[in-house]
Amino acid sequence: MTDRGLQQHSGAEAVMHGSADKRANEEAARVRRRYRSEARFKAYGIAAIVVAISMLILLVGSIISTGWSAFYQYEIALDVTFEGSEIDANNPRTANYNGFIKSALRSQFPDVSGRKEKRKLYGLVSNGADLQAMQVVVDEPVKIGKTVRIWVLASDDIDSLLKGYIDRDLPEEDRRVKDTELEWIDQLKSDGRIRWSMNTVFWKSGDSREPELAGFWGAIVGSFFTLLVTLALSFPVGVLAAIYLEEFAPKNRWTDFVEVNINNLAAVPSIVFGLLGLAVFLNFFGLPRSAPLVGGIVLSLMTLPTIIIASRAALKAVPPSIREAALGVGASKHQVVTHHVLPLAMPGILTGTIIGMAQALGETAPLLMIGMVAFIVNVPGGITDPSTVMPVQIYLWADSPERAFVARTSAGIMALLGFLVLMNALAVILRKRFERRW
Amino acid sequence: MADGERFNMEAAEAKVLVRDVNVFYGEKQALFDIDLDIGRNQVTSLIGPSGCGKSTFLRCMNRMNDVIDGCRVEGSIKVDGDEVLDAGIDPVQLRRRVGMVFQKPNPFPKSIYDNVAYGPRIHGLVSSQDDLDELVQTSLERAALWEEVKDRLHQPGTGLSGGQQQRLCIARAVAVRPDVILMDEPCSALDPIATARVEELIEELKKAYSIVIVTHSMQQAARVSQRTAFFHLGVLVEVGVTEQIFTAPRDERTQGYITGRFG
Amino acid sequence: MQIWALILILICLAAYGHVIGRRRAISFAAAKPALLHSLPFYHGAYLALWVVIPSLLAIALWLVAQGPIIESLIISGLNTDTQALSADRLSLVLNDIVNVASGDIPSREPTPEIAAAAQKFSELKKLSNLGMVVISLGLGIACLWWAKGKISAEFRARNQVERIFTIIMILASTIAILTTIGIVLSLLFEAWRFFLRIPLDDFLFGLQWSPQTAIRADQVGASGSFGAIPIFAGTLLITVIAMCVAVPLGLMSAIYMSEYASNRLRGVIKPLLEILAGVPTVVYGFFAALTVAPFFRGMGETVGLDVSSESALAAGVVMGIMIIPFVSSLSDDVMNAVPQTLRDGSFALGATKSETIRQVVLPAALPGVVGAVLLAVSRAIGETMIVVMAAGLAANLTANPFEAVTTVTVQIVTLLVGDQEFDSSKTLAAFALGLVLFFITLSLNVFALRIVRKYREKYD
Repeated sequence: MTDRGLQQHSGAEAVMHGSADKRANEEAARVRRRYRSEARFKAYGIAAIVVAISMLILLVGSIISTGWSAFYQYEIALDVTFEGSEIDANNPRTANYNGFIKSALRSQFPDVSGRKEKRKLYGLVSNGADLQAMQVVVDEPVKIGKTVRIWVLASDDIDSLLKGYIDRDLPEEDRRVKDTELEWIDQLKSDGRIRWSMNTVFWKSGDSREPELAGFWGAIVGSFFTLLVTLALSFPVGVLAAIYLEEFAPKNRWTDFVEVNINNLAAVPSIVFGLLGLAVFLNFFGLPRSAPLVGGIVLSLMTLPTIIIASRAALKAVPPSIREAALGVGASKHQVVTHHVLPLAMPGILTGTIIGMAQALGETAPLLMIGMVAFIVNVPGGITDPSTVMPVQIYLWADSPERAFVARTSAGIMALLGFLVLMNALAVILRKRFERRW
Repeated sequence: MADGERFNMEAAEAKVLVRDVNVFYGEKQALFDIDLDIGRNQVTSLIGPSGCGKSTFLRCMNRMNDVIDGCRVEGSIKVDGDEVLDAGIDPVQLRRRVGMVFQKPNPFPKSIYDNVAYGPRIHGLVSSQDDLDELVQTSLERAALWEEVKDRLHQPGTGLSGGQQQRLCIARAVAVRPDVILMDEPCSALDPIATARVEELIEELKKAYSIVIVTHSMQQAARVSQRTAFFHLGVLVEVGVTEQIFTAPRDERTQGYITGRFG
Repeated sequence: MQIWALILILICLAAYGHVIGRRRAISFAAAKPALLHSLPFYHGAYLALWVVIPSLLAIALWLVAQGPIIESLIISGLNTDTQALSADRLSLVLNDIVNVASGDIPSREPTPEIAAAAQKFSELKKLSNLGMVVISLGLGIACLWWAKGKISAEFRARNQVERIFTIIMILASTIAILTTIGIVLSLLFEAWRFFLRIPLDDFLFGLQWSPQTAIRADQVGASGSFGAIPIFAGTLLITVIAMCVAVPLGLMSAIYMSEYASNRLRGVIKPLLEILAGVPTVVYGFFAALTVAPFFRGMGETVGLDVSSESALAAGVVMGIMIIPFVSSLSDDVMNAVPQTLRDGSFALGATKSETIRQVVLPAALPGVVGAVLLAVSRAIGETMIVVMAAGLAANLTANPFEAVTTVTVQIVTLLVGDQEFDSSKTLAAFALGLVLFFITLSLNVFALRIVRKYREKYD
């Protein structure tokens, strides 16, 4: 093979000269094939991204479509007679309001008879209707002895029916709401005794066995206390550890070991931290179960690696020239750090901390281990009160059999995602506004 | 400088014809109205101070600037009469004809054999394993590397010394049977002995290929090239027979550069 | 809340110490501030630290010690009959005493003995609290007085303060290590107690897992229904399904983003994918149980397949979706670390982009990608909420993705959630599973991080 021969037989040259011999055709076909495979490969990439993002859309879409209906509730108007003889004006809370509600229902539908039918009738309104009635009297004692029209919550089945989740055309035995109940509801509707209103219970109260009375506020407060403990522990410890490792620690095997340790701790499954909390904090130290205190401690151990890693990165980004300048005018190493390096690194550290807190807010598994799954009705008042947190509340509701809890669960998820979006937005703003590029 | 002085080659000898090439990086213009002919089976060296645009010019000839965002090339570059800058030209096929060797040796993280066989395989240049073996061997021989690596063809190419790696890259470029080989400071990362080997190799290769070499070293340009082009601030200042450029430059900027007053 | 008041008082005392430390320092150098070795601020800080640190340590020690001490005092005051009770029963009695003392309703009407003990308990508690206040405040004041005496113009207050801070920082940085030690010790200890009852090889190689029956069997002598093989197999099955989803999608997304997408497109897609990583796992669990599992079930019905409503497939697919951003961002980093010169070398030979990626970039990035996938595997193995909500409880030994399987994390949760006696075999089994989980994920992580680090060093 001579050099010139090589070049004359070169396929590309032949193509460029437009010669139509067999070899050139093969060459052209091959190039087309290569470009087709190129296009295919690129399409796989686009497809992967489209699939991933459409999963995100599907996820959010399915949550919103099942959850939005939990933000409103149907109410039924009842003409309740507050018998003066049965209410102690000095202590109105002791009266039998359930009886008033029942008699109001009976007078609304006088032809209902039989124990079974009556129980069904009472089931139209929520179990919490008596509390609503009591509140009316407590607020305005003048109403004692009068008949007042009040709006009480519909029970969860009736609420689902009115929201259209129960199909009226199903045969009666397959339907949770029976024909008689449908008749009552239709009559109430034509009397203008049914309306919907914003679901304030959801934002005001704690958990309940009755879906229409179950609120998310207890979980929000529980999450708040838990995160408070987490922040109070993990932020100072994390920042101090990061400063030591980045600015002061000698480079030796011990600090290498600490570093490897932190990196590995960041990847330990969260449930293992729960086991640690159960064995050490609950059983060994005897701290209270289900309390934000223990939850916060466990989550702070989990968040610590995130904060340390982010803080070290922020400290590392401060250029050495600033340290040298401060050392040059006679500042001690500690003064250099507290006066110069730390303030400059603070935005980065705070961003990392917020991201760590957002992770902690969404964490569920370790809290299950330390008893934060208990059914807790009261809104917690401090870090040692039994409480639950948002993700655990979601888990609990998701496990409940009642149909109406599905919407509650989705609504809770929306609230949780809302908080997460807020925290991440804060982190982004902080980064955009204060982070410097050197 | 008059046009006639630039195209002081007989047309039959010119392998690449460059006319009115302007290159922009976004708003900034990097090359101004370059006209240059590259001779067949000759070594043409491009010299000039850092940032004068010689590497940019080199990368225009096989459209490697396509990879860079915001880079725009205007004008005409013809290789054997075919327009390179034409939008319809397939850069993939063009680069088969116009090969390139880079500043830092960049062997793929594969075996020596696979490094050389990579190009022929993707272009489908050979139909049988025996042909491929033969092509790898001739390419390595042509790059003066065969004797050193023939017993360890299946060891990683990254395990070779710097000079050997660069010769491997040359073998890799030769294996797709290009017409033109572009070399972007091929010896700047090498020691003097390895540099001497590569220079000898260039001397050999010019029998079969047209070579364009960007170099920082004027001695190297003087040693290996027949023609030399001097670039300054994006302008092609002077081009001519190497001997003339180094002994009797016409432009005072050239004079200043080769006598070491700047650059 | 007494303790908070105490801490508040201590803080005030520290502030007072700071003020007098400064004053004293200034008085030493009224004429020339330059005479002082350290700024007055440091003298103040020195005093404040001497107030806070010893007294806080005293409080912490007191809080840890008072519970057991009071308990043993109460027990020694009880009847000998009661003292002879088993540890479990005794702790119930103690619980009653504490409840009576705090005014809560005990489980039954208090006997005179318990009532008396409760009385004693409240007295001791009061005494202890008083003691804590006196000791900590006294210690604070004593230290303040002592440290004040050390202040002089030559006193190196700054160095002292800085030394204290260095020690605090070192302590902070060892917390990570203490956490690891805490995890290892607590898991090892509880798992060891488990293996005293159930032989290790029964656990590791047994094919039958039914912890419920074991509790009944416990009374007649526990025997091998703690075989964890079905659990390990279930975990493996779900992990494999998750990886089948996450690796191709994540890797292809990373390739597109790092090699094809323009900077603007990248700036849009990357945060969107990261949202997937930021969604809490409990949300994925709900999504899997509510949307994905019924979908697969319906699909199965239309093609005549029997798909369980808690199929491994649904849990695995959703877990895979969760892991996509994890794989993609790690592989993206890894591919960006591949030097541009390699790509240039390939382009210069006339390779197309996909040829360059497949034959040059990916092989070069392979170790890093493998590391990323291993990290993702460890993530999938340790993931809890998705499987708790969407996978089953029954420990089936099967490789059929349409059936329900259970995983290590699901079992840990179901064994520990709810009221259990802490040292039943069932509870301890959770720790044994936790130990296995910890060591598997730890070794995967160490291995993967080492690969990734080696890879980074190669191209740095």
